[in-house]
Amino acid sequence: MQDSRFIRRVTDKALVSFTLDGETVVAQAGDTVAAALVAHNASPLRHTGLSGAPRTPYCMMGVCFECLVEINGRPNVQSCLIEVQDGMQVRRMHGFRKIEVRHG
Amino acid sequence: MAAAATAARGGAQVVLLDEQPRPGGQIYRNITRNKTELTYLGGDYAKGMELATALDHPNISCRYGSTVWRIDDGPRVTFDQNGKSSSITAPHVLIATGAQERPTPFPGWTLPGVMPAGAAQILMKTSDLVPRNAVLAGTGPLLYLIASQMIDADNPPLAIVETQTTAMLLKSARHFPRAMLDRHAIFKGVAMLRKIRRAKVRRYVGASAFHAVSDKGRLSFHFKTQGKSHSVACDLVLTHQGVVPSTNLQRAAGLPMEWNPAQACWQPQKDDEGKTPVQGLWVAGDGAGVHGADAARAEGVIVANAILCRLHGLRPEIAPHVNAHALNHRFRARAIRPFLDAAYAPSPEIFSPPDGTVVCRCEEVTAGQVRQAISSGADGLRQVKAETRAGMGPCQGRMCGLTLTHLLSEQTGIPPDEIPALRARSPVKPVTLGALAELEIEE
Repeated sequence: MQDSRFIRRVTDKALVSFTLDGETVVAQAGDTVAAALVAHNASPLRHTGLSGAPRTPYCMMGVCFECLVEINGRPNVQSCLIEVQDGMQVRRMHGFRKIEVRHG
Repeated sequence: MAAAATAARGGAQVVLLDEQPRPGGQIYRNITRNKTELTYLGGDYAKGMELATALDHPNISCRYGSTVWRIDDGPRVTFDQNGKSSSITAPHVLIATGAQERPTPFPGWTLPGVMPAGAAQILMKTSDLVPRNAVLAGTGPLLYLIASQMIDADNPPLAIVETQTTAMLLKSARHFPRAMLDRHAIFKGVAMLRKIRRAKVRRYVGASAFHAVSDKGRLSFHFKTQGKSHSVACDLVLTHQGVVPSTNLQRAAGLPMEWNPAQACWQPQKDDEGKTPVQGLWVAGDGAGVHGADAARAEGVIVANAILCRLHGLRPEIAPHVNAHALNHRFRARAIRPFLDAAYAPSPEIFSPPDGTVVCRCEEVTAGQVRQAISSGADGLRQVKAETRAGMGPCQGRMCGLTLTHLLSEQTGIPPDEIPALRARSPVKPVTLGALAELEIEE
């Protein structure tokens, strides 16, 4: 299933758009990033590092750390605590962080 | 919020550090944007507007999006805002962390589509997102409130599956006369149940053996009542087994904790005015012991007045006189709690999930692995953590600590109040090394 598990009631609130892994997503002004992602569709936000199990945002209040994403280049942000801004760049994070070896 | 406004009106300079982007906590979340727009959320939610408006005072500096990650002697409070950390010292620090959903491990609780009922309610409040094809599962009046809100938003739940039994309800009846001191809450509860019945939402009580299965994202929720198996196809399973104080910051600040046997959780030690044994640290609201929003509001006033008495050099004995009205308010607001605690006690199943069930979501540690660690000699939560990594992930035990306590108690026979809670350490929320490096520490 792809459709959101939630129904967005029709309001006259302003819309903003951000990107998720480069794809444009429209959100309502005032949404947290996690809420905007949950409203967008039902697909997993991340896969766990150990078993690769799919996870979606859980507590929506900053407790569980299931909704971690990269926002504007900053990794491991709790997306339920950040309000979405026009033009924000959001990236999903999969598995454990890779150690980058930089030469030179 | 009540404490900040009271202290500011009493002449104190107040800095309010709130992790959320806007005022309201979780109960009145997003109230300043919604105002009275979302009528389906009900009249009690609208009460938050008055609290939030009172924060608009020249003596209050509100810093939203600020995550407190350390409290030192002094007291000195260190917090992160937009990836930058700073410290403030103040003679009095009030820690009001509020409550979180009690972790509810059962097979399938980590699947996409299973989430706390409170989380779904937050989505209604922040984003006008109403759950679709949802089952409400667990116990507690919050399930009725959310069901009523969903009915008023034209999306009633498919079913309400409750774990409390009729026997529990009968046994709790002895607390009922006291609960009648808060008639508003009782009448509200009766009205919600009537609304649920009229909407023909199916209710099951005495349910057990929760189990969720996912097939390409669609969920089926399985449970038993009186030996009979049931299953409901749905998109969301919204769970609830009551709320518990959020204590990570308090524990990391060195506050001594006490076990609340009726609510099966830890809460900080404090006196009647919210003063803790640690110099300069105070606690109030559900983070200090769960009694609900109305009691928390009264308690905010009580603690703020006690602090004001000290700031103004008045004798502490004067505070109860100043607080007469708020103490009375808190007494009435707390009256219903013994009834609710007994009638809607958490299901024993979540304290003892089957071996294959993940209990630590971050590190994906199962109940079986925890039991294995205990049977090979772990006799405290620290050993369980070292052996299994449970509690070592980014949430720092917020989602598994209580479950680990119950598993350890079950396996060893040690009562939960004799098992020290997981040690919480600063930073209580992850901060970057960069933020640490840039932190200016004033001596």
